[in-house]
Amino acid sequence: MEDKTLYTITVFSENAVGVLNQITTIFTRRQLNIETLSVSPSAIKGIHKFTITTFSDSEETMKKLVRQIDKRVDILKAYYNVDYELVHQELALYKLSTDKVMEHGGIEYLVRKYNIRILEVTKDCVVFLKAGHYIETQSLFDELAEKIGVLQFVRSGRIAITKSPVERLSDMLAKRESQKLEI
Amino acid sequence: METKTKDVINGSEALIRSLIAEGVGTIFGYPGGAIMPVFDALYNHKEMIKHVLVRHEQGAVHAAQGYARVSGRVGVALVTSGPGTTNTITGITDAMMDSTPLVVISGQVFSSLLGTDAFQEADVIGVTQPVTKWAYQIRRVEEIPWAVSRAFYIASSGRPGPVVLDIAKDAQLNQCEFSYSKVDFLRSYQPVPEIDEQKIEQAAELINSAKKPLALIGQGVILGNAEKELIAFLEKGNIPFASTILGLSAVPSEHPLNFGMLGMHGNISPNMKTNECDVLIAIGMRFDDRVTGDLKTYARQAKVIHFDIDLAEMDKNVKTTVKVLGDAKQTLPLITKLLEKKSHEDWISSFKPYIEKEFDYVIKNELFPENGGEIKMGEVVNKVSQATNNEAVCVTDVGQHQMMATRYFKHTRSRSMITSGGLGTMGFGLPAGIGARYGAPERTVCIFVGDGGLQMTIQEFGTIMEHNIDIKIILLNNNYLGMVRQWQELFFDERYSETHLKNPDFIKIADAYNIKGRKVTKREELDEAIAEMLSHKGAYLLEVKVETKGMVYPMVPAGGSVTDILIGNGKTI
Repeated sequence: MEDKTLYTITVFSENAVGVLNQITTIFTRRQLNIETLSVSPSAIKGIHKFTITTFSDSEETMKKLVRQIDKRVDILKAYYNVDYELVHQELALYKLSTDKVMEHGGIEYLVRKYNIRILEVTKDCVVFLKAGHYIETQSLFDELAEKIGVLQFVRSGRIAITKSPVERLSDMLAKRESQKLEI
Repeated sequence: METKTKDVINGSEALIRSLIAEGVGTIFGYPGGAIMPVFDALYNHKEMIKHVLVRHEQGAVHAAQGYARVSGRVGVALVTSGPGTTNTITGITDAMMDSTPLVVISGQVFSSLLGTDAFQEADVIGVTQPVTKWAYQIRRVEEIPWAVSRAFYIASSGRPGPVVLDIAKDAQLNQCEFSYSKVDFLRSYQPVPEIDEQKIEQAAELINSAKKPLALIGQGVILGNAEKELIAFLEKGNIPFASTILGLSAVPSEHPLNFGMLGMHGNISPNMKTNECDVLIAIGMRFDDRVTGDLKTYARQAKVIHFDIDLAEMDKNVKTTVKVLGDAKQTLPLITKLLEKKSHEDWISSFKPYIEKEFDYVIKNELFPENGGEIKMGEVVNKVSQATNNEAVCVTDVGQHQMMATRYFKHTRSRSMITSGGLGTMGFGLPAGIGARYGAPERTVCIFVGDGGLQMTIQEFGTIMEHNIDIKIILLNNNYLGMVRQWQELFFDERYSETHLKNPDFIKIADAYNIKGRKVTKREELDEAIAEMLSHKGAYLLEVKVETKGMVYPMVPAGGSVTDILIGNGKTI
């Protein structure tokens, strides 16, 4: 994995049944593992946004991959980025035993030290959230697992926004609509 | 006062009316439980839509392919759910690989049963999505006109391809108000990319500066109806060219700039010249591995210009210098305008030694063998081609006979070579020939098949019999899976594992289906038999016993360089 780069593929699609299947098929054909996946409605009504990360040793492969995704009828736009072009984030939830947390300095200590958000405290457990890059949520997990013990842990797929000023999709859509008028 | 009542009809009737609105006049199909309402509706529209009942669903799709390829219209297949649909997968995949516009309509179980492993239920969308341009399941009757118009638009526009419409049985039965409007816009789908003027100028400049240009012609030219534009382009620049297997017939075979076919069993001169040219101009072709051989040694010296309608094909296999995205019918004239008249006399005459060499080492013996030996495949193809004035539609199956047909059948008009290129589907020939006949009823259709491939879809003899389909089937029988046998001879130490076929009496089989047949084993009978076949009204099976150990040369071994060409008897060029 060391010589591979993590690429973030962003896909905008119509909200149609089976779009994810169409996208993953293209990964499967090239034997690319999906590392993370996040899907949600985008800022534009009726359009869904997929954020997918995958490791690859070849930018050429990524170019071909996004073109083959982009080509699908239900896909509006697909592109890839590397990390420095993006602001990106993942969410992680951690469940710890309340007793253990108290033994290790209590909740306030946890919040101040790790910059986390408490979501739930019961007499049995504490659930909190940390947002950050993969490496941040992972190192927190490693530390807590070693010092306190983690009962449950889950991490979301990556979400990302490009550092360039406009969301490229809105331009494209405006252009497509004007082409429609010409027809 | 009542307002004018809208037409309330059931989904099956709506489907048929939608097809009629799309100009569909011929459907290839096979009924079954989940599509029965549609067949019932079809019963009322026999005048408008001719249904050709095939004998297996694979045959329906290949027939629709043959129809589409020869006519340029969308081919339509109609099948039932479950096995009816899974039987179409080979044809659909073939159409995807070869960019053939198809709409395959499949019945599906009642929508209330979907996902429950109901009788004859299959996950058609899941199965077909990877091998279609678009696949859509219709669950509500109201969606039928909308989905059909989308299907035809998607299948036929841009780079064409197969579309699957999977219609739940309740959608076929329920009532709806019918109105139809054609789709010509989808915001998520831009079939024809915009032309970048700068690229046009760059390409023209590069071609004008070329001393040794070579053009590679693909099916994109035919799909875009850009044959005339292509010829104007080639003639103004005096650019020698060769075709991919699917691009054959875009330009007449005898055109002075036509140097034949590219690739594994292509002609020697264009393959050799690929690695000598200074500018390689690819038009509507996709650098398939059967064309390029080893990419590491392919045209490394050349600047490459790639004309294509599909961005995903650009730089996929061969790195290009200039990408000209767009419809060749539009981009070619723009470039032609900027071209300088050139003669390229020396360059073109430098092809000659290779042509002579190929003739001496390969063609002479294949087409004009000395008397006494077994009949050669190539000579049969050549004789049939000449007997039809090179005007027939040539349909092939897959294997040695296919390579012989693509090498030696000549063309005078476009859309005359119907063959399975990308997928290499044995069993394609016979049903595709049936479809081709419906797509071009005024033309002679000659189908070349091998003894292996014919038996993969031989049941379509029944279709031919039932519909009196006038097609000429030329069976080149060597009692082997010849192409595999050839590879075993060359690359597997002559270990002929499972390639010999013990064959039935094909003439008797044809006779049982009321198809006139004749078997030829002697060279002296060949001309007369071909004449008899062509003058016979109706289907005809001409079985020719050909050389058992025939080989197709020249040959670029798989993965080899495009210039490492075997020419037989252990010789290379």
